[in-house]
Amino acid sequence: MDFLNAIVALSNFVLVPAIAYGSQLALGALGVTLIYGILRFSNFAHGDTMAFGAMITILVTWWMQSAGINLGPLPTALLALPFGILGCVAMLLLTDRLIYRFYREQKAKPVILVIVSMGVMFIMNGIVRFIIGPNDQRFADGERFLISAREFKAMTGLSEGLAIRTSSVITVVVAVIAVALLFWFLNRTRTGKSMRAYSDNEDLALLSGINPERVVMVTWLIVAALATVAGVLYGLDKSFKPFTYFQLLLPIFASAIVGGLGNPLGAITGGFVIAFSEVTITYAWKKVANYVLPESIAPDGLAQLLSTDYKFAVSFVILLIVLLFKPTGLFKGKAV
Amino acid sequence: MNDVVKNTGLFALVGALIIATGFMQSWNSALLILNMGLISAIMALGVNLQWGFAGLFNVGIMGFVALGGLAAVLISIAPEHDAWAAGGFSVIAGLLLGAATIAATIMATKRMPAGRTRTLVVLALLVGGFFLYRAVFDPGVAAVEAVNPANAGFLGGLGLPVLLSWPVGGLLAAGAAWIIGKTALGLRSDYLAIATLGIAEIIIAVLKNEDWLSRGVKNVIGLPRPVPYEVDLQASEGFRSWVEGAYSARLDGLDADARASALADLVITTSSITVKFAYAGLFLFVLLVLMWLVQQALNSPWGRMMRAIRDNEVAAEAMGKDVTGRHLQVFILGSAICGIAGAMMTTLDGQLTPGTYQPLRYTFLIWVMVIVGGSGNNFGAVLGGFLIWFLWVQVEPIGLVVIQTLTAGLADGSALKSHLLESAAHMRLLTMGVILLLVLRFSPRGLIPEK
Repeated sequence: MDFLNAIVALSNFVLVPAIAYGSQLALGALGVTLIYGILRFSNFAHGDTMAFGAMITILVTWWMQSAGINLGPLPTALLALPFGILGCVAMLLLTDRLIYRFYREQKAKPVILVIVSMGVMFIMNGIVRFIIGPNDQRFADGERFLISAREFKAMTGLSEGLAIRTSSVITVVVAVIAVALLFWFLNRTRTGKSMRAYSDNEDLALLSGINPERVVMVTWLIVAALATVAGVLYGLDKSFKPFTYFQLLLPIFASAIVGGLGNPLGAITGGFVIAFSEVTITYAWKKVANYVLPESIAPDGLAQLLSTDYKFAVSFVILLIVLLFKPTGLFKGKAV
Repeated sequence: MNDVVKNTGLFALVGALIIATGFMQSWNSALLILNMGLISAIMALGVNLQWGFAGLFNVGIMGFVALGGLAAVLISIAPEHDAWAAGGFSVIAGLLLGAATIAATIMATKRMPAGRTRTLVVLALLVGGFFLYRAVFDPGVAAVEAVNPANAGFLGGLGLPVLLSWPVGGLLAAGAAWIIGKTALGLRSDYLAIATLGIAEIIIAVLKNEDWLSRGVKNVIGLPRPVPYEVDLQASEGFRSWVEGAYSARLDGLDADARASALADLVITTSSITVKFAYAGLFLFVLLVLMWLVQQALNSPWGRMMRAIRDNEVAAEAMGKDVTGRHLQVFILGSAICGIAGAMMTTLDGQLTPGTYQPLRYTFLIWVMVIVGGSGNNFGAVLGGFLIWFLWVQVEPIGLVVIQTLTAGLADGSALKSHLLESAAHMRLLTMGVILLLVLRFSPRGLIPEK
């Protein structure tokens, strides 16, 4: 019985949150890795792109809520998501047209593009703060829990409860759908194949008649969709605050690099590696340990390896370890 | 000659902008802009050393600046003897144990042959060392933080003159830069960027959470100053008579009561301006010394080698230059300059507030300064420091005026109007982004390009 309780406590505090967080990171890292593979630079504006897409979605959600449109038990944000994606697509295509294209034609060095993306980051950050303000915004509605801790206890008779929030389930389901669509697109469609060809060998792809501008445009479309979905899911699961999205840049980059920059499978793996390490290392293990260990050696303290404030340090240390021992990431990434 | 005229003109323009602030707003705000402009210029010099000379992409400036701020606290605040007695030594012992663990792990990885034994030994060292460190460190921290938590709750500093913290801040930052450089240099340039971004967040997290070190988010206030306090100046007889003499023309025509109150006002304003001038003098001295040093470096064989490495790493390596070693050198030097600037900034503020360190303000804004001013040119970086800082401060009031004019037609109290007025403060981020992109597009070498 104690063992079952330990498993439930573990699922409740570690597995479920880490899976949800990992899905969000994976979606973010996929965007970063795609830009890196096709456009060949690290996009510092990605966190703010996520914030921008999420902001449009939130505004549409609020409008829908005030107009009485909703999805019943599901959050209205899901209905508003396509509008957010459209807004984000428009924004990214506009920045590409006005800003990035010039440097692409010049064949500028990647680091110049990184600095340019810094400028875009400032602008997007400014726009988001200008429109929605720098504060926390709540936009989740519908049922909060799929199973609440109390129901679970009544159902199973265990003393530990397992609460599964609707947002966690939606995160995982939406992420799985998005990733499946992405891989289907990259592996099965003509455009997807031309994207992979372009990413593998630009010159060869150009010789075989692939239109680079089209590949770049499709990349931005996919990145906008991924970033908006990641941003909205993160906002539903936690809360929307422009600055947290900016800070997400670090774990997202860590995920993409740990997995191997430019490799989509790597980005997903990296996202889960980072999320699980962050959650397990900053979790107070006292409860689980008390169930599993005999009373004599059960810990007195919280048995927390690091305080939650240091969660950035975790992604950073994992990043360092991977960089030191396997510089191209777990899956073979690019090294330009 | 043409270049010299143009550059002097640009500096004169920025000077005129600051002086105009003095006439239109107040001399206090003009001097505030000047002081922070001097500090920003020093930070920009440090970044220019890394980016302009060597092409290293460092986005962790905030962390080095914060380490400089920590140095100001550790040097100038008086030691808390009770806290030291309560747990200071177990804190230090814990830290030493932690450092020993890491050193032992590195030794083991380097000395032992690869294989299962090494992996096991390294794991055992890390896990054992971690628990040992926590066992010694945690009680010490708890004891230190329990001593007078409302006013102290930390170990305090060394109680030395605050000016000493400027070089020490540079040393702290250099140490951190050595650790990052050792791991991330020699890999791809983006990796250095991510590594520095990460270390900056970690340094801020440490400052926010390690209460025993610098009180965390409870802030350390009232750092000693290198210049006199305004109240002391106001109380000093010599200062009062000096003000009276200096403003005699304005005071003479007044009757006794009016004269006394006018004099009191003048003494208060003049004292705060004098203090700011004193700071400006100190900062200017540091800027000039550093400027001289980096100019020497730029024109020396070392500087030429750096630029050769930047322009073609492969060729430089083929010529027998140790590219990674030189990169490490210049990375440490540039970070140290940022650390010095950080200590100076904390000295000027008189307090260390970890909550106020924001990457947009302390990392990316410095980058805008370097790019706009002209990367690779030290005068450009300094000019960029002053100009961008001036804009950063002034865009907010200007933005407010612009929005007020634009929304003048809307009804008072309408939701849109109040929202727009509230959001005017965020105009500065937008402006900085636009300036950066415009300069990159139309004048990619900056206002004062590299020769």
